[in-house]
Amino acid sequence: MKATPLSNCERRFILRAVEERKRLDGRQCYDYRNVRISFGADYGCCIVELGKTRVLAQVSCELVPPKPNRPTEGILFFNLELSPMAAPGFEPGRQTDLLVKLNRLIERCLRNSKCIDTESLCVVAGEKVWQIRLDLHLLNHDGNIIDAASIAGIVALCHFRRPDVSVQGEEVTVYTPEERDPVPLSIHHMPICVSFAFFQQGTYLLVDPSEREERVMDGVLVIAMNKHREICTMQSSGGIMLIKDQVLRCSKITAVKVAEITELIQKALENDQKVRKEGGKFGFAESIPNQKITAFKMESTAVDTNNVEEQAEEIITKADPPSEVFAKPILHTPGTAQIGEGIENSWGDLEESDREEAAEEEDESEATALECQKMETEDTSTMKETKKDEPIVLSDSEEEEVVILEPQELPKKTRAQTNSKQENTSKKAFNKRRKKKRAAH
Amino acid sequence: MAAGSGVAAESCVGQVVLPGDVLLLPAHPEEDGERLRLGAGAAPRGRLLCGPGLRRCAGGLLVTKCGLLRHRPAGGGAAGGAYWVDSQQKRYVPVKGDHVIGIVTAKAGDVFKLDVGGSEQASLSYLAFEGATKRNRPNAQVGDLIYGQFLVANKDMEPEMVCIDSSGRSSGMGIIGQDGFLFKVSLGLIRKLLAPKCEIIQELSQLYPFELVLGMNGRIWVKAKTVQQTLIIVNILEACEYMTAEQRKQALAKLSGN
Repeated sequence: MKATPLSNCERRFILRAVEERKRLDGRQCYDYRNVRISFGADYGCCIVELGKTRVLAQVSCELVPPKPNRPTEGILFFNLELSPMAAPGFEPGRQTDLLVKLNRLIERCLRNSKCIDTESLCVVAGEKVWQIRLDLHLLNHDGNIIDAASIAGIVALCHFRRPDVSVQGEEVTVYTPEERDPVPLSIHHMPICVSFAFFQQGTYLLVDPSEREERVMDGVLVIAMNKHREICTMQSSGGIMLIKDQVLRCSKITAVKVAEITELIQKALENDQKVRKEGGKFGFAESIPNQKITAFKMESTAVDTNNVEEQAEEIITKADPPSEVFAKPILHTPGTAQIGEGIENSWGDLEESDREEAAEEEDESEATALECQKMETEDTSTMKETKKDEPIVLSDSEEEEVVILEPQELPKKTRAQTNSKQENTSKKAFNKRRKKKRAAH
Repeated sequence: MAAGSGVAAESCVGQVVLPGDVLLLPAHPEEDGERLRLGAGAAPRGRLLCGPGLRRCAGGLLVTKCGLLRHRPAGGGAAGGAYWVDSQQKRYVPVKGDHVIGIVTAKAGDVFKLDVGGSEQASLSYLAFEGATKRNRPNAQVGDLIYGQFLVANKDMEPEMVCIDSSGRSSGMGIIGQDGFLFKVSLGLIRKLLAPKCEIIQELSQLYPFELVLGMNGRIWVKAKTVQQTLIIVNILEACEYMTAEQRKQALAKLSGN
């Protein structure tokens, strides 16, 4: 199937939200989504959920002859697959650029960083070594595959147990799990990838981009680091120009995030270990909560409305006291017409013609939200306000329309954008007023 | 789930049914008390409407989708009642008469090619807009959103859409404006939102004004005054799938109460 195209309005909206420093799910720009790690019944099998992105990792091992130029080292094999159930655009058996890029990143992150001790995988030098194979399957694509995949990979490798082996002379005995407990792999450190999406020509970055954000970003920087603040690999793609400060700042952010995620991984591994030791139930079936067929459950997403309250209160306290009292201030969005409500019917009025009557209804009052975003005013270029709460400014000017730049004020009841401070003097917020030459009011 | 025998349809209304279940209908519909209310001009034997998720089979209805069984009793203009299965899915299959939001992917010859979320792209002729003539073409670019309905939608042919109704008027269909945000939800939520007197929409409209277009293919387009308001509405609508009415009222009260 073809991937769903991104419509123009989505692209524009996300870029506008980025300009206003907002994310679609209400996160801050350095926030990660919820990471959830669940283990399967076998050792070495885990599912990592980063928000809605899900990756399944499975580790397996096999005794094979070693590579001729490396007779004393084990073999590592990594494979990431994009399952067609992850997104409509993924087709089985077709190598896409994305797949190649992700595979290379996983290889560099896990193999070149030497996080796994391959010497310990040697059984008989030159003859038998362990081949460890890590398979990653993407189950759902909601952005930032590489982070989820790297977490899943390293967690699965840490969780995996290989059969115990003993060598006596020429004889090699591989013990089953019943005979001897399987042995964990020898892992030096845990490299974890963190992705940064860049917008606005590399000046603004977001950590852990979701799928929509990935579609509109300028470029991405992936840094793989372990908790000892050692950078394992770094990759920048998308053709953005990054300045040195940006990269250094990203690496600092990475250090913080990797520390948090590593802690989470340790906790998850310990929990699983405890459950298995105590003989409790483990596996994927236990990690899925009971659900009825007719109900759904979802983790609550935090929509950040905190600032809005504070800012709204600030603005209200700073505003002038109301001069007239309204029974109910009615707010009309620009571009909508009104019928009834004691005011003239303005259905036919969205042109530059008669506007006298509406102005008469207005009174002076504070707290009217009169932001018109640039886009809206493009649409309704000849729009006039239909709000009756505005202060009227009379002038002898001959102009038909006067554009006034005003700070945005928020009425008590409605919620408007939170970053009013930056936008106060921006070109975006302005009022378009109709002016008519009139005698004194 | 004994093979061969079924359960009476009335007893299963509101319960979960699974594909393969057989629902028995009353043998003589005329004897059903409901039929007596039909006027003289109505169908002599009130025809039972077999809705989505059900098929007629010998003796009754065969369930083909899993979900809750619903029933609308006879009365009003409709024929003798309807049964259907309220199932939940996210993947849309084009159905004739559905109003959907499509994304323009190509302009080929005299048609637009739209992605509607189905297995094939739908085609929409330039002339299928109100007031469109050969010289007066609709102004839609690749990536724009169009709200229209399906004229032809079956599994053998490419679906066709139009933006006018049978009388030639647009009745709300056409190219959707430039701003706003498009997002996807499950089909069940769309049907819930499109029900008359939907509580969710009424409660939301008391928060602040916004424009809303609901497509039966799971796509919703929202436009509010500011980005923050739009995001709040988007998040509430997406969460409505998982929230009970109580939780929704609480969330909205928190947003508007202060």
